[in-house]
Amino acid sequence: MTQKITGAQALIKALELENVDTIFGLPGGCILPAYDPLLDSPIRHILVRHEQGAGHMAEGYAHVTGRPGVALVTSGPAATNMVTPLCDAYMDSIPMVCITGQVPTTAIGTDAFQECDTVGITRSVTKHNELIMAADDIPLLVRQAFHIATTGRPGPVLLDLPKDVLQNSMTWHWPSDEEVLDSLPGYKPVTKGHPRMIKEAARMILNSKQPVLYAGGGILKARAADALRELAELIDTPVVTTLMARGAFPDDHPLCLGMPGMHGNATAITAMQKSDLLITLGARFDDRITGKVATFAPDAKIIHVDIDPAEQGKVRRPDVPIVGDCRLVIEEIVKAIKDLLNAGEKQQDISAWKSRVSGWREQFPLYYASHEPGEALKPQYCLEQLRDGAPEGTILCAGVGQHQMWSSQYWKFNEPYTWVNSGGLGTMGFSVPAAIGAKVGRPDRTVWAVDGDGCFQMTAQELVTASVERIPIKVAILNNSYLGMVRQWQEMFYEERYSEVYLSPELPDFVKWAESMGCIGIRVESPEEVQPAIEKANSIDDRSVVVEFRVDAGEKVFPMVPAGSSNDDVLLHPDQNSRREFLR
Amino acid sequence: MNSNSHSSNQPTHHILSVLVQNRPGVLARVAGLFARRGYNIFSLAVAPTEDPMLSRLTIVVDVESAPLEQVVKQLFKLVDVVKISELDPRRSVERELLMATVRVPAGDRGQVVELTNIFEGKILAVGVEAITVSLDGSPDKLDDFEELLRGYGIVELQRTGRVALPKLDKEARLKAVKQGKAS
Repeated sequence: MTQKITGAQALIKALELENVDTIFGLPGGCILPAYDPLLDSPIRHILVRHEQGAGHMAEGYAHVTGRPGVALVTSGPAATNMVTPLCDAYMDSIPMVCITGQVPTTAIGTDAFQECDTVGITRSVTKHNELIMAADDIPLLVRQAFHIATTGRPGPVLLDLPKDVLQNSMTWHWPSDEEVLDSLPGYKPVTKGHPRMIKEAARMILNSKQPVLYAGGGILKARAADALRELAELIDTPVVTTLMARGAFPDDHPLCLGMPGMHGNATAITAMQKSDLLITLGARFDDRITGKVATFAPDAKIIHVDIDPAEQGKVRRPDVPIVGDCRLVIEEIVKAIKDLLNAGEKQQDISAWKSRVSGWREQFPLYYASHEPGEALKPQYCLEQLRDGAPEGTILCAGVGQHQMWSSQYWKFNEPYTWVNSGGLGTMGFSVPAAIGAKVGRPDRTVWAVDGDGCFQMTAQELVTASVERIPIKVAILNNSYLGMVRQWQEMFYEERYSEVYLSPELPDFVKWAESMGCIGIRVESPEEVQPAIEKANSIDDRSVVVEFRVDAGEKVFPMVPAGSSNDDVLLHPDQNSRREFLR
Repeated sequence: MNSNSHSSNQPTHHILSVLVQNRPGVLARVAGLFARRGYNIFSLAVAPTEDPMLSRLTIVVDVESAPLEQVVKQLFKLVDVVKISELDPRRSVERELLMATVRVPAGDRGQVVELTNIFEGKILAVGVEAITVSLDGSPDKLDDFEELLRGYGIVELQRTGRVALPKLDKEARLKAVKQGKAS
């Protein structure tokens, strides 16, 4: 039986059939037709205050649920406002489907009101995008979009819908899985690793004397945390978790070395440098991890597992490249290692390596100089208190900058999908909207957004969304009145010539601002106030809370591998520098 | 045919034959990818294939700008790209079309006509003071022809960029013959 409905009805129906439960969006001229059938749909729509907010919310939702986040906005400026979240999602491989309105097909190319070349503008920041020119195409292209966004290396997909395509009537047909696959002859992600390569990897792992498991965000995308743990324990090998992989392996686990990279801890950085085998799992040798590539882990052989073939050899040539889904491949590697062990092969003795690594850990714990009485509050102290006061299962979101690095350093991530941040693109202002999206995805969890005063001022208006839509999150602003990370670079690399980094010590009044947006606002200026404020914030769950911590502006993030430097030349906290010889 | 030693076939160039879905925006996707990743396109030819759903792009890539392997892998990530083959110039047939208008006084026209005939080209148009000729063939043959025409004064010249297909090996050639007979 054929049924005639409008393109807009088909769109909403298709989203329902894709199990979308929430849309983050903001209506406008060209997308209006889609908002009408939405009224009759069980899908929850969250009305944002800025389209960028909708995009980051969709990302936050996707981060914590693993399901694609959906954003719905209009044409022109709404589409251009979506470019940042799309690029953010593209860089961090976040599954997301964004639907934009477009001027009617008859007006395309005429510079009509609110017209822009959305597919042209977003082509390089999406995994795929489509301008839908006929209402009949809507169901298939929606199915394609969700399929492409969530399979292979996940990423954002954009569908651009002209107004008349939404208004025209069409014959409903929901394509089968087979039809979807047949319509994409050029899209066949490889998930199963090559058996010979897997065997080779297993052999190489058993023969390594100084192995390190280098776990990246791909572990989380592939739901491979359990598999990773099994592998790590089987071969008793230390694990580093990149910024995108925090929580993929429990920080409390004795094998966990924490985060490597530009602001990683000295042990994680050095273990990679001195390793003879980097077992690279869903990581991409980002410049923030490798430092100067030419001197990165010079003696290490590389096993590189990644679902994206283009990552193999992009930065560092692997000795054993394995294209495939991290979970499936790790499970196969575990099996292959067990087979070899059962056949009588032995793993190399790595105890000397492990004790060397333990030595570094003892010598170089994360460190900051605690405040003396009367001194300004230390941001790291605030994070320790936040961490210790956080209810079980708390999800932590961060913006970009010093506060983000301290969050990653000082939090204990013991569970996957409890850390949401903007890694690849480094989008200031990510935290508040991402936290709202995360809370929508996991309403059972406490969600803390750690933010800087610079970041907060970019997207704070979404707290109005949070209040109106009753999505209670908690925000900790580490307010040092500076663009802190920029300040740190100017102090260290531009001879303390501070150029345009000082914001304002008094403006805005974050407490009043929070209150004006329907939140509870709390200001913390001294160490004694920290714990009570956090306790109070944690006790409120019927509205959002903003806690402003006035922190020491002079505090810098350590350790640090300056951009373009070798990981061998990691800068330690000055108080640890006398022990630097130990890193050799 | 030893085309590899010639100047137009510098070893820094590789030929990619890219089969794509014949859909709006495909060329922009491919061109955009090259621009974004900093790869250089030396020449590009696009046209539909025997299957109207598919188009073939023949891209000559300047490999000094990026390793070919990365170019191919990144290209293959485009959802509309169905198949990529790298054509080894020694194992492929390449053709290109050249059109040129040459300024020649009527008295000297015969020389250009003769030259064109030697190269097995065509005379497309004849004017009082100029002549337009065309030549299709291997890119290095076109280079030679262009070089010789230059002496007469080229007013306008247009080349298509090369198209290429893999050479049939003996077995495939026989198979093609058989199939031809059967049908």
